[in-house]
Amino acid sequence: MDTVTLARLQFGITTVYHFFFVPLTLGLPILVAIIETIYARTGNEVYRRMAKFWGKLLIINFAVGVVTGIVLEFQFGMNWSEYSRFMGDIFGVPLATEALSSFFLESTFLGVWIFGWNRLSRGLHAATMWLVALGSNLSGLWILIANSFMQQPVGYTIVDGRAQLIDFGALITNPNIISQYPHVLASGVVTASFFMMGISAYHLLKRSEDREAFWRSFRVGAVAAVIGCVLVIAVGHAQTQHIAQSQPMKLAALEALVNSEDPASFSLFSIVQQSEESISELVSIRIPAVLSFLTYNRFSGEVRGIKDIQSEYVARFGPDNYVPPVMLSYFTFRIMVGAGFLLALLALVALILVWREKVERVPFFLRVLMPAIGLPYVANTAGWLLTEMGRQPWIVYGLQKTKDAISPAVTPGMLMFSLLAFTIIYGGLMVADIYLLLHFAKRGTVEEEEQVEHTALAY
Amino acid sequence: MDLNTLWFILIGLLFAGFFFLEGFDYGVGMLLPFLGKDDRTRRVLINTIGPHWDGNEVWLITAGGALFAAFPHWYATMFSGFYMAFVLVLLSLILRGAAFEFRSKLGNPRWRGAWDWMLFFGSLLPSLLLPVALFNLLRGVPIDATMTYRGSLVTLLNLPALLWGVAAILGFLFHGAIFLSLKTGGEIASQARAMAEKLWPPTLAILLIGLISSIFTTDVTARWPVALFLVPLLAVGTLVVSGVFLRRGRSGLAFAAFGVTIVLVVSSLFLALYPRVMVSSLSPDWSLTIYTAASSAYTLRIMSYIALALVPVVLLYQAWSYWVFRQRLVRESPLEY
Ligand code: HDD
Ligand code: HEM
Ligand code: HEM
Repeated sequence: MDTVTLARLQFGITTVYHFFFVPLTLGLPILVAIIETIYARTGNEVYRRMAKFWGKLLIINFAVGVVTGIVLEFQFGMNWSEYSRFMGDIFGVPLATEALSSFFLESTFLGVWIFGWNRLSRGLHAATMWLVALGSNLSGLWILIANSFMQQPVGYTIVDGRAQLIDFGALITNPNIISQYPHVLASGVVTASFFMMGISAYHLLKRSEDREAFWRSFRVGAVAAVIGCVLVIAVGHAQTQHIAQSQPMKLAALEALVNSEDPASFSLFSIVQQSEESISELVSIRIPAVLSFLTYNRFSGEVRGIKDIQSEYVARFGPDNYVPPVMLSYFTFRIMVGAGFLLALLALVALILVWREKVERVPFFLRVLMPAIGLPYVANTAGWLLTEMGRQPWIVYGLQKTKDAISPAVTPGMLMFSLLAFTIIYGGLMVADIYLLLHFAKRGTVEEEEQVEHTALAY
Repeated sequence: MDLNTLWFILIGLLFAGFFFLEGFDYGVGMLLPFLGKDDRTRRVLINTIGPHWDGNEVWLITAGGALFAAFPHWYATMFSGFYMAFVLVLLSLILRGAAFEFRSKLGNPRWRGAWDWMLFFGSLLPSLLLPVALFNLLRGVPIDATMTYRGSLVTLLNLPALLWGVAAILGFLFHGAIFLSLKTGGEIASQARAMAEKLWPPTLAILLIGLISSIFTTDVTARWPVALFLVPLLAVGTLVVSGVFLRRGRSGLAFAAFGVTIVLVVSSLFLALYPRVMVSSLSPDWSLTIYTAASSAYTLRIMSYIALALVPVVLLYQAWSYWVFRQRLVRESPLEY
């Protein structure tokens, strides 16, 4: 394999892995902070047990998020040095700001939260969790500002073959971030709320000791899930409409639209055959005019197809293949959207059952909610694959191609070593992490035996 | 002073802060097998840095981010050039970070034992490799006219650089032992103090050897005015003072004095580099400098405002977190984890 393929593989594996843990770290602190605030105001011990229980799962998840993030921070320089030279002026700004504004915040206050139960007042302790939530969500904002530039470059000029920042305001108000950030934020809330409902469902089914805590957690989860799902779908729709303007090729790929159409049809099921030189539809079942409606809110209007855009890009950027992997874009989009509607349905049912206080009378539904914990993870991964692969062959849309971005100093042998090492260690971490999460999720809100032993030991 | 110089200083400070803070973290990690004779003692040792290690590591992450923003060519050449060294550092940091959060979650002694070793090696390797990498910036590595590194991992592992790696290991062990004697009580504290006293002579020796060998293996004698040699000399002086305080039982002052040593050693490196950031051993014209490696003036200005606004806040709340956990831990303390 050549350096480009290996470097892409490594970047893909390490970021997807990182983002496997990120959404829970975005969403769960918000829910824990809400729970702990209720405890701080009412003094109700149930909420204290809830905060401790969910907090412990958060910590286990957070640890892996942190250690995988470090790799990403340096990987731009290690594997993508030409990209870093080209983009450093712009890209480094949000990255450094992220570290200063968010990583210090979340890591310091999570440390205080974990070890501070007996040292801070209830209110102050709850406040530290709010700061963790603020930190992780701010960090998402800054890194997505960086990513948005790669999707839609703004506020720059090219000097001596390098992109230079000329308008910081434009960088942080990139039209792409306006829909991308709320989408990711909402996907974090969805991930965390289904996590909370699924684990609570397990304990309600098992009739665990602390029913009160899990019933209340389930309620918090159901409310958050409905809010999150509505947001993620609404924003997702806006995002698709935005892509139609900013990256028409990505839109054509995710709709498997080979030829331009007016009014454009929406694909129910398509198979497209793609090679370096040609592209053709093998199977396509489409509903007339619906894609025009989704894109422009009316039943007419041209949506351009892959072939037309390819010719336009050849004229604009020179000969090359500008078509991203079509089937991958197509199916990742449909998996994400499918998961989105399924999750919304589940969230709605959960809320209705909570409303009528009938949750435990429908054990079947509770049993469904447990595996549903995985659905947001599927949607998150699919979403990122679509975003990043749908942008190919560009690493920075319209400015730099992925194949021009890699490090000349790094050999395939070195990459092979690091790829293997990261993959093996990540695999091991994943196993340990899931084992621990299951262990503590099943144990429920009983405090550790060791804690009891301490009380005996103290003084 | 121009913004390029300002950012050069800021990055030097970030590295100094990182080595000061993670120095004792790494030290505690490396002392674990020597001072932690049973599980409960090891928990006490780990808990002294438990609330802080991640915040301290962010100093390194921030240094990386600041390098990227202010000197993208430095970031690109160093990280792609020293690829294998940084892969090893990253693997260590991954296992070390996971160890902090995972080890005490299960009671099984084999589980805990395995993570304790990862803490040990995860602290040892970065202590060795990061100073090796940084010293090579000054000693010079093969960088060609396109700012591309043309060496290998072996190029970095030369004797003068390895000396600094060993110096850092000893120094961090010393730093960590004093830190433990401050943050624990009872038997653990006295053992930590005894350990620090034992570590002091070899630390002093290796610092002297490192400094002297650096004079001969770098171009400082040609570039520095005599007055600047005061900086490394002061570093030796503060280390001596630190040992004296330690003998008199003044651990707090000993800790502060050695903290100054660390800052002065890092300062010496950056003073010797200035205005270069990476010396090319192939041709002086190909060295990266704070001008050829830098971002545009606009980016540097934006970054300066952001740093000015955020750094004081960060320092305040990090200091606050140390204040919250100021009590000494003893074996009988209730331990969260
Ligand atoms: C939308 C959210 C998001 C995205 C797209 C990314 N991250 Fe991330 N990152 C987080 C959200 C986040 C977080 C929620 O803030 C984490 C996850 C777990 C954690 O501890 O903080 C985090 C941790 C984290 C850390 C460790 C911080 C610490 O020590 O406390 C680093 C260095 C990075 N990330 C760097 C990156 C880079 C270079 C990315 C680009 C490829 C990236 N992250 C994508
Ligand atoms: C955390 C969520 C993210 C995930 C899951 C993700 C996923 C991926 C994947 C799968 C690839 C490989 C694409 C391919 O090989 O065709 C990729 C490439 C890349 N992404 Fe992302 N990405 C994420 C966030 C980001 C962010 C925030 C940035 C920058 C700010 C970024 C920058 C890049 C770069 C530089 C590449 C390498 C070039 C390439 O292979 O296309 N990614 N990402
Ligand atoms: C049904 C509704 C949904 C629609 C219409 C939708 C739409 C989109 C679109 C168009 C993108 C690509 C953005 C780009 O390339 O710039 C995207 C990305 C993404 N989606 Fe969705 N999505 C939906 C549901 C979901 C759900 C339920 C989740 C997770 C819980 C999710 C998580 C993500 C993530 C993590 C990304 C990558 C980050 C980004 O670019 O925003 N999406 N979504």
